[in-house]
Amino acid sequence: MTLSDEKARTEEVAANPRLERKAERRESWRGFFHAIPAYVYLIFFFVLPLIIVYVFSFASRSRTGKPELEGWNTDSWQRLGEPLVRTIVTRSVFVAVLNTVLCLVIGYAFAYWIATRRKQSTRTLLLILVLIPFWSNFLVRTYAWRMLLDSDGYITQLGEMTGLWGRMLFTLPAVFLGLLYGYLPFMVLPLYAAIERIDWSLVEAGRDLYASGTQAFRKITLPLSRPGIIAGSILVFIPSLGAYVTPDILGGAKTTLLGNFIVSQFGSARNWPFGSALSGAILMIMLVATIVYFRSGAKTV
Amino acid sequence: MKRLVILIAALALIVAACGDDDDSTATTAGAAGTTATTAPAPATTAAPTTTEPVPEGVQAKADACALGETDGDLNLYNWTEYIPYGSLAEEAEVTDILGAFEEETGVKVVLTEYDSNETMLAQIDAGVGFDVVVPSDYMVSIMRSAGLLVKLNPNAIPNMANIAPEFTDLPYDPGNQFSAPYQWGTTGIGYKFGSIDDENGVSWGVIFDPAMSEANTGFISLLDDERETMGAALIYLGYSLNTTDPAQVDEAADLIKATKDRLAAFNSSGYWDLLTSGETVVSQGWNGDFLFAYDEASTDDYDAYEDFGYAIPTEGAAAWVDTIAIPATAEHPCSAQTFINFLLDPFIGAELTNYNYYASPNGAATEFIWEEILEWDAIYPPQDVLDRLEFFADLGDFGTYYADAFSAAKS
Repeated sequence: MTLSDEKARTEEVAANPRLERKAERRESWRGFFHAIPAYVYLIFFFVLPLIIVYVFSFASRSRTGKPELEGWNTDSWQRLGEPLVRTIVTRSVFVAVLNTVLCLVIGYAFAYWIATRRKQSTRTLLLILVLIPFWSNFLVRTYAWRMLLDSDGYITQLGEMTGLWGRMLFTLPAVFLGLLYGYLPFMVLPLYAAIERIDWSLVEAGRDLYASGTQAFRKITLPLSRPGIIAGSILVFIPSLGAYVTPDILGGAKTTLLGNFIVSQFGSARNWPFGSALSGAILMIMLVATIVYFRSGAKTV
Repeated sequence: MKRLVILIAALALIVAACGDDDDSTATTAGAAGTTATTAPAPATTAAPTTTEPVPEGVQAKADACALGETDGDLNLYNWTEYIPYGSLAEEAEVTDILGAFEEETGVKVVLTEYDSNETMLAQIDAGVGFDVVVPSDYMVSIMRSAGLLVKLNPNAIPNMANIAPEFTDLPYDPGNQFSAPYQWGTTGIGYKFGSIDDENGVSWGVIFDPAMSEANTGFISLLDDERETMGAALIYLGYSLNTTDPAQVDEAADLIKATKDRLAAFNSSGYWDLLTSGETVVSQGWNGDFLFAYDEASTDDYDAYEDFGYAIPTEGAAAWVDTIAIPATAEHPCSAQTFINFLLDPFIGAELTNYNYYASPNGAATEFIWEEILEWDAIYPPQDVLDRLEFFADLGDFGTYYADAFSAAKS
C-alpha cells in the first residue's frame, strides 16, 4: 500500500513536466488540425502541380507533340543553355528590373505622400483609389490602354497637340507604360504599410541633430521603410518577369519575352517538356533569389 | 509587421489572379475576332514510324453506320464564326445550317469553338469527346499519323461525290479517307488603297523590302504564326514555304528580324480590325477574314471595299484547306457522318461560302453560290494566280526548327 502510494506520488511529481509537454503537444496538434485546410490547399494546388511540371520536364514528346511519360531524358533541361533562351531571359530580366525600378521611384513618392496625409479618412480614400482598378479584369484594362494609345486615342492626341510624341501603341514605351500601370499598386501598398508605421519622432530627432532633409531621409526614413521596399520589389519583379498580356497587346508581340516563350511551348510549338523545364528553372531561380533578397533585407533592418 | 504580412498575402493572391488573366488572353483575343482560320504551325519530334490504330470500337461503329443514321446529340468543335447559325445566319441572310440539320434529323448540335489547330489537337489528345472537328490540311496528317482520326465510311457519306476533283487527292489525305474538305482559302495581303503601289499586282516587298515598305513604317502587321509568317518570308526570298533547308529557314528568320522595326505588330487574331480601324495599312492575313471585316466595317453610307483590298502577292502565297473529320474520341460517329454528309450537300456547302467568304471545295455547290462571290478574285482566284499557290505540308521533326527560328526572329 505505502509502496504504491509513494510510487503514485513520485509519479505525479514526475508527471508534471510531462503533463505540460502533453498539453503543449495537444496545443500543437490543434494548430495542425486548424491548418489542415491550408495544407490540403497547398498540396493540391501548389505542390502537386509543381511536381507535375517537374515530372513533365523530363518526359519525351510524341509526334503530335503530346507529352509522353516514358523515354525519360534531360534534353529539355539541356536546351536551357541555348543562345536563344539566354537572349530571351536577359531581355525579360532587363524589362522586369527596369519596371521594378520605375515602380519603386514613382510608387515610393506616391506611398510617402499618402502615408503623410494627416487625416486617416483621406489616407483610406486614397488607398481605395489605388485598389479600385483591381475590380476589373487586367486584360480589359490593357485593352483600354490600347484605345488610349492608338491613332485616335486621347494620349496620342495630347502628344500630337504638344508635339512631344506620336502614336505610342506598338512601341517599347507603350509596353513600359502598361507594365508600370499594371504593377504600381503592388509597390504602393506594401510601401504605404511600411512608411505609415515609421516613428516620425526619429526623423525629428535626426533633424534636431543637424541632419539635412536629404540626410534624414537617407539615414532614417529609407532604412525604416526597407521591408516595404523589399516586399514591393518582389511583388513587382516576379509578375513583370512573366508579363505576357502587356507586351502582346501594347507591344504588338514583337519581342519574345519569357512569358510568351513559355506559352508558345504549350501552344503552337507543342513542346510541353521544354515549356515545363523553362517554368521549372525560372521557379527555382526566383525562389533562391527571393530567399536571398529577403535574408539580406532582414539582416540590415 | 503582422499587417504587412497580411497585406502581402492578399497581394500575392491578386498577383495569382492576374496570372490567370494572362493564360486566357489567347482565347479571349481570338474569340473577339471573326473567322480565324488555319494557323499552320510547327510539327514535331519523334519520327513518324507507323500509323497508330484508332480504337476499334469507334471505327467499327463508324463502319457500320447506315446512310442518315443518327446515334445521339452531335458535339461539333469548329473555328470561331465559321458556320452560320441563329442570329449570325440571320444577319448574313444565309441558311441557319445547324438549325436546318437539327430540324431534318432531330439531332441536337452542341457547338464549341476554337481559334487554333493546336488548341483543338490538345483537346482531342486529352480525350474530350467531340464528334466532328475541323482541322486544317497539315493538322489532318498530324492527327492521322497519331491515330486520332476515324476512317470515314463512304456508304454513310454519299455526298463525297460532290467534292471537286482537285480536292479529292491532296497529299495530306489521299483519297479523302479520313477527312472531307470544308473550305479553302489563301494567305495574302490586305491593304488600304493608296498606301502601296498595286498597279502591277502586289509584291511581298511591301512588307519585306526596306525601300518599298519604309513609308508605312509602324503600320504593317504580320501573322503571329511560325509557318505562315516564315512562309511569306520564304516565298519572298524565292524558296518553298515547305523547305527543310536550315540555311533557307535561317535566312527567312533574319529577314523577319530585319523587318520587325517597320512592323506595328505580329497578330493572328485581330489583324483585320487593326486594318479597318487605321492602326495598320498593310497586313498579312487570310482572305476570308479581310472580306468579313470589310463587310462589317461597311454601313449604309460607307463602302469599306472602296478603301480596302486583298491581293495574292505576285511571288506566290500559301493556300490551305480546312477539313471536316471525326476524331477517335467521338461518341456518336453515326450522327457525325450524317452531319458531314449534310455539309457536303450542294446547297448547304454553298451557304457556307455565302456566309464566311471562303471558297468551297464542293464542286456541286457552285450553282448555289452567289454570283458576286464566284466572280470575286479574292475568293476564287483566276488560274494564273492559282498556279502560284502552295499548300503547307507537315514537316515532321523539322517543324520545331521553324518554331525556334521564328522565336529567334522575334527576340
